Amino acid sequence: MRFVDEFRDPELGRALAAEIRQTVDPGTHLKLMEVCGGHTHSIYRYGVDDLLPENVELVHGPGCPVCVIPMGRVDDAIAMAHEPGVIFTCFGDMMRVPGSNGTLMEAKAAGADVRMVYSPLDALRIAKSEPGREVVFFAIGFETTAPSTALTLKRAKAEGVENFSCFCNHVTIVPPLRALLDSPDLRLDGFIGPGHVSTVVGARPLEFIPADYGKPVVVSGFEPVDILQSVLMILTQLRDGRCEVENQYSRVVPYEGNLRALEVMAEVFALRPHFEWRGLGFISQSGLRLSDAYADMDAERRFSVPGVRIADPKACQCGEVLKGVIRPWECKVFGTACTPERPIGTCMVSSEGACAAYYNYGRFSREREVV
Amino acid sequence: MATPVTDRETRILGIIEKTRAKRPKFRDERITMSHGAGGKATAALIEGLLLPAFASPALDRLGDAGELTVGTAELAMTTDSFVVRPIVFPGGSIGELAVNGTVNDLAMAGARPLALTLSLILEEGLGADVLKAEIAAIARAAEVAGVKIIAGDTKVVERGHCDQMYICTTGLGRRDPRATLSPASLRPGDAILVSGPIGEHGTAIMLARGEFELGAEIVSDTRCLWPHVDALLDVCGPELRCLRDATRGGVASVLNELARASGVAMLVREAAVPVHPAVAGAAEILGIDPMHVANEGVFVAVVQQEKAEAALAALRAMEGGEQAAHIADVRTEPPGMVLVETAFGGRRVMDQLVGDPLPRIC
Repeated sequence: MRFVDEFRDPELGRALAAEIRQTVDPGTHLKLMEVCGGHTHSIYRYGVDDLLPENVELVHGPGCPVCVIPMGRVDDAIAMAHEPGVIFTCFGDMMRVPGSNGTLMEAKAAGADVRMVYSPLDALRIAKSEPGREVVFFAIGFETTAPSTALTLKRAKAEGVENFSCFCNHVTIVPPLRALLDSPDLRLDGFIGPGHVSTVVGARPLEFIPADYGKPVVVSGFEPVDILQSVLMILTQLRDGRCEVENQYSRVVPYEGNLRALEVMAEVFALRPHFEWRGLGFISQSGLRLSDAYADMDAERRFSVPGVRIADPKACQCGEVLKGVIRPWECKVFGTACTPERPIGTCMVSSEGACAAYYNYGRFSREREVV
Repeated sequence: MATPVTDRETRILGIIEKTRAKRPKFRDERITMSHGAGGKATAALIEGLLLPAFASPALDRLGDAGELTVGTAELAMTTDSFVVRPIVFPGGSIGELAVNGTVNDLAMAGARPLALTLSLILEEGLGADVLKAEIAAIARAAEVAGVKIIAGDTKVVERGHCDQMYICTTGLGRRDPRATLSPASLRPGDAILVSGPIGEHGTAIMLARGEFELGAEIVSDTRCLWPHVDALLDVCGPELRCLRDATRGGVASVLNELARASGVAMLVREAAVPVHPAVAGAAEILGIDPMHVANEGVFVAVVQQEKAEAALAALRAMEGGEQAAHIADVRTEPPGMVLVETAFGGRRVMDQLVGDPLPRIC
């Protein structure tokens, strides 16, 4: 595949790894956080970890959209799905996220009409082909996916599709990063910045990380060569005593972001005063709801839902994993009570979740020769 | 190498492997789509509910076909249902699949297919022309495979109670005296081959449903595999350890099942796995691994290392086997695990899939 294979070139990977080794001070132990779940997935999928020196550790951050959805919101989704006449649509991963009483997939087996879609436009298409039914779209994700939800809602409004609504769980990346940086148990030396989010918001909103917290950030692409190059750029900043936002992913990310996407988001969404994050608790101004102009398409207004806050299961340490305080296998229930086939926590569900990525790909990858 | 593995991590990984090695339990309250996906939930259904209920040694072997001996006749028998949607897709249709799928399960047991039974479940309102086309496809595929349809049944259900048509076929074959196949017979050093490029059937079905608006030209690989097996038995004889067709769950599921059954490890070279560029592209866009995508005309063969070259040459001389490849080797440690050397130079685990990327592909 052109424009992809070049960024998976093992020769280039080895060359970068050698340069990384020369750049890092062997007497230090550095912890870099990759913010985005897409990076976590790539790191495990391609074994990028294997190419890094022992004293450079990658810590997995909170940027997996499925992982941050709290149980109460899943319960609300299941309640909507069980409403008579409703077709409830969501991305595949969300079907397996456990609420306090089962998953959407189990709700489907129990009779709810839950359908997997690949884009919000698929959900709108279903609404148009089944005008007698109420179609709800379970919107999740950071600024990466929010514009496509916004455009779909705009189109639904323009076309006068009245049986379509949106259960909005979109979140923004900066508030949780700030919360993370403020948390006292955290020790990080730099950030691999979120490539997809930055495609929309640009790299500028990340400037507070070097400015207020003194940590370098490199916005990174998602291929293994991208990630290694970003690690090298962070290490070079640290070696040279610099601390700034750099853009490794300039082939896709404009520094100022995508203004048209930001405009349509501003029209369709409004900030919630606060939003609950799985494992991280309530973070103010971190979630989006539909704006007043689109209030009639807000599923939370159209249906009555329990809206109850459900505490995370006691054994689950997703929060600490999301903050990078513990590594996935250090969680009390990792791999025993909590597995991809029977997850307790969200990090074990999505392939972008740190626990699922480690469970599916990471076990036995390091320092263990195959005989 | 990055952060070394600590004692504590090793201990935890040990506990996980012990948990994984146990026979899976069927604890679900209801059947969900994942029970049909060929992955871990399917394994829980079969090994946790069906096997204990029937206490049948032939079934416990979990082969593609069951073995029985009647007098001096060494036979193999298997059955399969077909619910694919849409019923016609690029490269084939439900009727052709219903013959090839069952015939191939016999072939994987080292049995020459002899006869089939055919059950049709038809939906009220199905067009006669649609049915006629499928009956013709069944007749054609049976002729190619050299099997006779010797019994059958038809049922009609009310509109909406089935999707156009479902087919069930049962196959009978004679076990070839050259074959000594068993999923538990893999030995460290053995070579693992695939008979052709992977993931084409699943991708063709996915594109035929039109849900993705991708314009790639991929056709299903559905074909009768007995001639390929026949050729392998000729060149390998008893050094052919095991055969599995990589249907639901793809090559990844087959490798994991075999690694567990034989208590061995496998190391796959990702760069050696043949994948059509359009299949790789579609999988990339959808975020799935071609190793998890279903095939209908590709199988995994494990042979003694010394026979690998001859086996490859035999496969490559067959139609559909031109791209046969040696993709992996059997190792000792860690037992029951499949590892991949990524094309990028790193290493990772390749597990069976959990979710359900694509229901009703066969």
